[in-house]
Amino acid sequence: MAVVFKNPVIRWIDHRLPVFTYLQHEANDYPTPKNLSYWWNFGSIAGFMLVVMIATGIFLAMQYTPHVDLAFNSVERIMRDVNYGWLLRYIHMNGASMFFIAVYIHIFRGIYYGSYKAPRELLWIIGVAILLLMMATAFMGYVLPWGQMSFWGATVITNLFSAFPVVGSKIVTLLWGGFAVDNPTLNRFYALHYLLPFVILGVVVIHVLALHRFGSNNPTGIDMKGPQDSIPFHPYYTVKDLYGLGVFMLFYAFWVFYAPVALGDPDNFIPANPLSTPPEIVPEWYFLPYYAILRSIPNKLVGVLAMFSSIMVLFILPWLDRSPVRSGTFRPAFKRFFWTLVFVCAILMFCGKYPPANYWLPLEFTVVTPDSLQAAAHLQSADDLWAISFAGGHFGIQIITLGQIAAIYYFAFFLVILPLLSIFERTLPLPLSISQSVLPKGGGAVPSAAAAKPMEKA
Amino acid sequence: MADHAHSAQGAGETRRDFLYLMSASAAAFGAATVVWPFISSMNPSGDVLALSSIEVDISGVQVGQAITVKWRGKPVFIRRRTPEEIAEARKADPEVDAKGNVISNPAGLRDPQTDASRVKKPEWLILVGVCTHLGCVPLGQKSSDPRGEFGGWYCPCHGSQYDTSGRIRKGPAPLDLAVPDYVFEKDTVVKIG
Repeated sequence: MAVVFKNPVIRWIDHRLPVFTYLQHEANDYPTPKNLSYWWNFGSIAGFMLVVMIATGIFLAMQYTPHVDLAFNSVERIMRDVNYGWLLRYIHMNGASMFFIAVYIHIFRGIYYGSYKAPRELLWIIGVAILLLMMATAFMGYVLPWGQMSFWGATVITNLFSAFPVVGSKIVTLLWGGFAVDNPTLNRFYALHYLLPFVILGVVVIHVLALHRFGSNNPTGIDMKGPQDSIPFHPYYTVKDLYGLGVFMLFYAFWVFYAPVALGDPDNFIPANPLSTPPEIVPEWYFLPYYAILRSIPNKLVGVLAMFSSIMVLFILPWLDRSPVRSGTFRPAFKRFFWTLVFVCAILMFCGKYPPANYWLPLEFTVVTPDSLQAAAHLQSADDLWAISFAGGHFGIQIITLGQIAAIYYFAFFLVILPLLSIFERTLPLPLSISQSVLPKGGGAVPSAAAAKPMEKA
Repeated sequence: MADHAHSAQGAGETRRDFLYLMSASAAAFGAATVVWPFISSMNPSGDVLALSSIEVDISGVQVGQAITVKWRGKPVFIRRRTPEEIAEARKADPEVDAKGNVISNPAGLRDPQTDASRVKKPEWLILVGVCTHLGCVPLGQKSSDPRGEFGGWYCPCHGSQYDTSGRIRKGPAPLDLAVPDYVFEKDTVVKIG
């Protein structure tokens, strides 16, 4: 249906470049399932965070100096001397965490409601690509302040590639542009940290194009079968997205204004020193689960491969889960395994935070070093400690063991549980239509005959 | 009266228009408060503003010589004028009353100022060396430089000519070369800014 615009200037432009017609279809009329819950807010929130990161990043780049001798001080100058520099930097720093929170919720929502299933496989794969790009961008951004964690984080992560046989050390030298992480590394990371967000923006556009081919999935996981199942995007979901965004921004503002460095590491307030590694290297919270998987395998190459695989497995997720039912709402067994996966990811995050040799004492809510557990249990040597320990009345489990159990579940969920569930799970009956699922008695306005055969109504 | 009661009950457009107006105003105010720190961050920062004065030792400058120093990122001309140059500058002076208002301007100065108002000691002429046309640095500091028809400075960019008091005499520049704030801390040390 052609749109007629009242404004003659818009009509003139639209006739030659139908951008207004396109917007009218894709952002205004765009038929959207009428039962979307607040879990569907996080896509637009993630998009908003991308814009915030690019905007603050451009203004920070005007003040930052990418040189090993000047970078740390230029960041301190932003904090102390540049007008509102502290605000821009705290918005950017905490924005990275907020971006990951939004994206992780977005991904878990996609898994729970089967949003990766046909015909949305490519939409999902493009989304995983965005996650990878985000991870690369966040990592390189963290290097720029050139504090101790920046430097040693860069050293550890680039050294991951040295695990590959034959070409490993050549790749690492290529990444560094020298014999170690140094000025050439900082310069290229800065260049790429500026570039990649715009690449992400481009991939996000493709993500949205792929989304609009079949429209959003919804909490029932069943397709829209006609106009009675949908409402126009504007004003219903623009308002809902804006409301959710407002709530999210309150949460975001709390971190920016009341706990701006709580998510960071104190060691990064020390200028980078290539001659001394901090006692504990810990990545930012959003990388902790991957770090735990890396450390839970006591073999360099296998550990690195396992870590990369934890993302790669998401690419093939649409073909691992063959169940014809999309939504977890109607999959009683899947639902339990899913929430276990969420819990296991939290455990992995916890494991990534502490040295692997330490013990977690769950009954005492604390993590202790082997030495202090040995002393508390009056043991002769640390060899007397077992991975799972009952030493001297202290029940403890070594962080590395906990991480190994969690990592095994993580991969088992995708590679074993989902394929088996596809065969053995007895799913609950699906509602006949979206409309029937959300309205009392299948929707007062829709005659029962139409509700029973929704395709005919359409 | 009946119409009024009807619209006040909420079905009318006035109430909705009011809500739209209020929402849009709140959004505009919010957007402005967000944009403010971004724009403000581009203004000179605290450390830039702090570097605003310099001290210059002028003991080595002979009569007829000039030196150039950098102040706030710009050149400052310090010229020790000869008696002839001072006399020539004073010859072109406009006539002013006690308050400094111009009474007559026989030399036809574009930006009339007396030479005395532009110096603290007649021998020392201190100017910001930036052409008031489009910001180039005029020539004339070295004795080998072209100094224009009036013996002061000549701007190579668009041909503005300044006299021995730094006043614009010919060419496109609208104003005389600016005089910075300065004090003689000693006979041989001047503090600029």
